[in-house]
Amino acid sequence: MRFRLTDDQRALKSATRELLDRLRPPKALRADASGGAPRLDRVMWAALAEAGVFALRLPEDAGGVGLGAPEAVLVFEELGRALAPGPLVATHLAAGRVPGAATGETVVTRADGGLVAWLDEADVVDGGPAGPAESPAPGPGGRTAPGAGGLSGGPWGGPASGPGAQGAVPLRSVDPLTPLHRVPGPAADGPWDPAAALLTAAEQLGTAGRVTELAVRYAREREQFGRPVGSFQAVKHLCAGMLVRTELARAAVYAAAVTGDPAETAGAKLLADEAAVANARDCVQIHGGMGFTWEADVHLHLKRAWVRARSRPTADEAAETAALALAESAGESTGPPVPNQAL
Amino acid sequence: MDFGLTEEEAEFRAELRSWLATTLPRLPPKPSPDDWPGRRAYDTHWQRLLYDAGYAHLHWEAAPGLRLVFLEETELAGAPYVGANFVGLLHAGPTIAAEGTPEQRERWLGPILRGDEIWCQGFSEPDAGSDLASLRTRAVRDGDDYLVTGSKIWTSHAEIADWCELLVRTDPDAHRHRGISWLALPMDAPGITVRPLRTLAGTAEFAEVFLDEVRVPVANRVGAENDGWRVTMVTLSFERGTAFVGEVVACRRTLAALAVRARENGRWDDPALRRRLGRLHTEFTALWRLTQWNVSEARAGGGVPGPGGSVFKLRYSGARQELYEAAAEVLGPDALDLDREWAVDRLSALSYTIAAGTSQIQRNIIAERLLGLPKGGA
Repeated sequence: MRFRLTDDQRALKSATRELLDRLRPPKALRADASGGAPRLDRVMWAALAEAGVFALRLPEDAGGVGLGAPEAVLVFEELGRALAPGPLVATHLAAGRVPGAATGETVVTRADGGLVAWLDEADVVDGGPAGPAESPAPGPGGRTAPGAGGLSGGPWGGPASGPGAQGAVPLRSVDPLTPLHRVPGPAADGPWDPAAALLTAAEQLGTAGRVTELAVRYAREREQFGRPVGSFQAVKHLCAGMLVRTELARAAVYAAAVTGDPAETAGAKLLADEAAVANARDCVQIHGGMGFTWEADVHLHLKRAWVRARSRPTADEAAETAALALAESAGESTGPPVPNQAL
Repeated sequence: MDFGLTEEEAEFRAELRSWLATTLPRLPPKPSPDDWPGRRAYDTHWQRLLYDAGYAHLHWEAAPGLRLVFLEETELAGAPYVGANFVGLLHAGPTIAAEGTPEQRERWLGPILRGDEIWCQGFSEPDAGSDLASLRTRAVRDGDDYLVTGSKIWTSHAEIADWCELLVRTDPDAHRHRGISWLALPMDAPGITVRPLRTLAGTAEFAEVFLDEVRVPVANRVGAENDGWRVTMVTLSFERGTAFVGEVVACRRTLAALAVRARENGRWDDPALRRRLGRLHTEFTALWRLTQWNVSEARAGGGVPGPGGSVFKLRYSGARQELYEAAAEVLGPDALDLDREWAVDRLSALSYTIAAGTSQIQRNIIAERLLGLPKGGA
């Protein structure tokens, strides 16, 4: 049992972070956010494709990188951390199925939770459930190949047809870096996609960690009453809570990537949503009046976290999935409740 | 990242499962919480069974995978908890193993593993609980002995313990963190008075210990004189880092039992309550994953857990209390009946955010040691 990142996984994570720092310096964020309707930066998109972001899990003989769900999660954590714009999850999931998605030539979006992001900028609107065309090859003995984890199985992955986003109506998106359309019909109907849930949770994890860093840095630098506000317990405890939420979400997201268990994936989305949203809110609070301005980047993280939290499974859906798993585990549990073991 | 068991771990799991299946049905009935001699006899009997079967050392196991398998399997089977062996197995033992001389390891580790000797913890004092470094119990050199005078509080198992891991001030003039030493105090020494304290759960779980010129050989000091604070941090890192890990599995079983109850009494049909239970299931599952992570990291870091244990301890202690609050919603009026199950556990859960460092102290540790925020400030 080894629950640590390998050297290769660490290297992948830091290389992705360096790439994103080059492609998307933080000061570019604010400029983009203030410039009206955002356009998708195709140069950045091509650079992400070049780095293997979309083809990460495609087999090498299909032109992919041949890695698995744990690696995809590490990369999407960095994408979330950097507030990278665009329908990253949808395009990644379309790679190998929609021509040009893996190479970044085709930008793919999809409807999710009653919304569709980047509709006007995308080339293809991915359809709904269909037979998996490009799921990882089964390993010896019929098991899924190692590392396929949370991104294998499930009914998703059809061709780029289907209902898409017919009748979609634009709305004025709360996130200035994510244009949104509403799609008609119920927001939650039928099964949710575990692969999309896992990668979105990874992005949320990135946000949770990033805003914790921003809050801690500000708390160390900003002085009030003659000393850094981070020396005050009230501020310290907010920061500590942020780290705790992040690390629990990290354990949940990484574990779901390894086990591929749908209930763990739902739980990972639930905890990562909470961590991203609550941490971003606390980060605004720690920034004080500055946090309420457009000039501080903090609001951009919070707004993106809100958008991702809307994608399925939402908190209620995830909690229902977890409740179902609990009921099943309760059926298997034969022992008596564990008596008081305190002290 | 890999949760699969190695061949060694899988073999160990199968062997342990079969041993538990034959051993647990032959255990004597559990003593009542107030029967301290009975509890000692029961807990040390269990420890001896583990020892004879070759499992006693698993809390100190080098391979984290085997330890996690041991914790998971014993909890899943409903095996007894470490109970009265807690301080010896999870605090004093690891500390002596890490910091003791060969003679000290020889003297104390075997009896702990065999269940022959019980330890208690003499860290807290009336004015030195969370602010541990302000402790005042003093030890004065007298030949080959220290003469120890002062008092300790919140000492679990003091009534039945053979040894106490005792923090004393050996240099009153030094900086408050630098004048402390870590001693093994024999609990049968003259000059020791133990006064039980009644908890809000109605049980006498812990005690006050008064020390009046108690003689403790200098040879019982673990670590250098006045270096006790560093030794203590080693002890506490074990407490926060790994001592609670098995309880997460226990909470998962408790939650499963609660779900059974909710389905029996119809409360499961309330979507808000059902989702609350699902939310807790997610929380405890993630805490178990965090545990696996921490144990793996502790191994990679040389065996002593890092301050990441505070992250676990803070979230776990809160989740445990939320579990019993949800239980009260499921149980309705029964939750207020001390003769039914759950009510006493709900009360006991209140200690988790206080014992072993309050949640407020854990937040300070996280903020200062993990996030690097400045010390001090109100």
